[in-house]
Amino acid sequence: MSYGQSVPPTTNLDSASGLPLHPAAREALLTAVDEGWADPSRLYASARRARQLLDGSRAAVASVLGARPEEITFTSSGTSALYEGVRGLASARARVGRHVVHSAVEHSAVLHAVASLDTSVVGVQRSGAVVASEFAAAVREDTAFGCLLAASHEVGTLQPVADVAERVGSVPLLVDACQLVGRAAVPAGWSVLAASARKWGGPTGVGVLAVRTGVRFAPGWPEDEHQHGRWPGPPPLPLLLASAVALEAAVMESAQEDVRLRGLVDRIRAAVATIPDVEVVGDPVSRLPHLVTFSCLYVDGESLVRALDAEGFEVSSGSSCTSSSLEPSHVLVAMGVLSHGNIRVSLSRTTTADDVDRFLGVLPGIVADLRAQAGV
Amino acid sequence: MKTLDCLGRRCPVPVIELAKALPNLEVGDLIEVLSDDPASANDIPAWCRMRGQGFEGGSAPSYLVRRLS
Repeated sequence: MSYGQSVPPTTNLDSASGLPLHPAAREALLTAVDEGWADPSRLYASARRARQLLDGSRAAVASVLGARPEEITFTSSGTSALYEGVRGLASARARVGRHVVHSAVEHSAVLHAVASLDTSVVGVQRSGAVVASEFAAAVREDTAFGCLLAASHEVGTLQPVADVAERVGSVPLLVDACQLVGRAAVPAGWSVLAASARKWGGPTGVGVLAVRTGVRFAPGWPEDEHQHGRWPGPPPLPLLLASAVALEAAVMESAQEDVRLRGLVDRIRAAVATIPDVEVVGDPVSRLPHLVTFSCLYVDGESLVRALDAEGFEVSSGSSCTSSSLEPSHVLVAMGVLSHGNIRVSLSRTTTADDVDRFLGVLPGIVADLRAQAGV
Repeated sequence: MKTLDCLGRRCPVPVIELAKALPNLEVGDLIEVLSDDPASANDIPAWCRMRGQGFEGGSAPSYLVRRLS
């Protein structure tokens, strides 16, 4: 341990990777640890209390998603919800075929889950959005389902989910809404939807799998009394309550936060665009309110992340040098935008205008220094 | 035609070297960039678009760029 050293205050600008528990969720979590320990399926008072908390949590999440409570299954993460969504649809629709249409910018969890199926990949425009008619045109007679994320986790661009759903008709659409729920209105048209509590200020360890009534979906587990075979075992009640409370808080704050964060993101977009040879990527308007991505020519992403960290700013990068593989981000490649020198900034309810100004104060100098080191 | 050998160099070095080599070309000249970094297939065309130069095609490990301005 060192003392007396001057350490800059840490400003996390990576809420899209994870964010601290919402204070209301923290309180709910502690309450539920005390009050929600009983098995909700038993017939005594403590169990009834637990049942109430479980039903309330499910109803709250359902309401935000525009779903019915019985359509909601709680899983262990957004990733497991996506895996289970792909598996359940593929299995239920096996007789139709094993062909899947998905966008080129899906989360890697979806790409992994569909890897063993026969896939058609729909490209995106420079903005990162698919063209709805192109997605629909990729559907074949043996298409089991389509996958389209609601909003890109890397660049924030919204996808035309409702339009695509309408065009593909009876083909079910799996919508990865992990980055969108709690930030923007959930689009209509999903057949199966996945979301993640930690992305909206809830605890890690809770995912949501929503399956519309009437959509053929094969349970992947022995059917126990907990979640009808869609997810095994007793759900972690305190975590679910905290997730539901965090979501309700996020939605309640979202009208104000939407305006505030869009303003801050617009400020970042404008300031970053004045740095020479920096490209802001993603749709400038049809996007998530809190997320902005840009790429700096001649700079490597890892050095940029480390230099910003040394100044107290925590951001993520889609550049290949920051990933475990040598491959650049498949999202940036699909968009045809520069993959090196890439930075994703994502804001949260605790991000202030001062944080953004201080970030914008150090960024141009860091980029210039790194370029000078590279000899350009 | 000039050749720029960036084999074994990691991104963004190939693009940096390409930018440094550009002033030594006449407008209209072609240069071949040799790069086996997976990011080059994306970043060389992206650089051309951002800098107003001509990406004339290619795939790993050979890419063709024309100086347009």
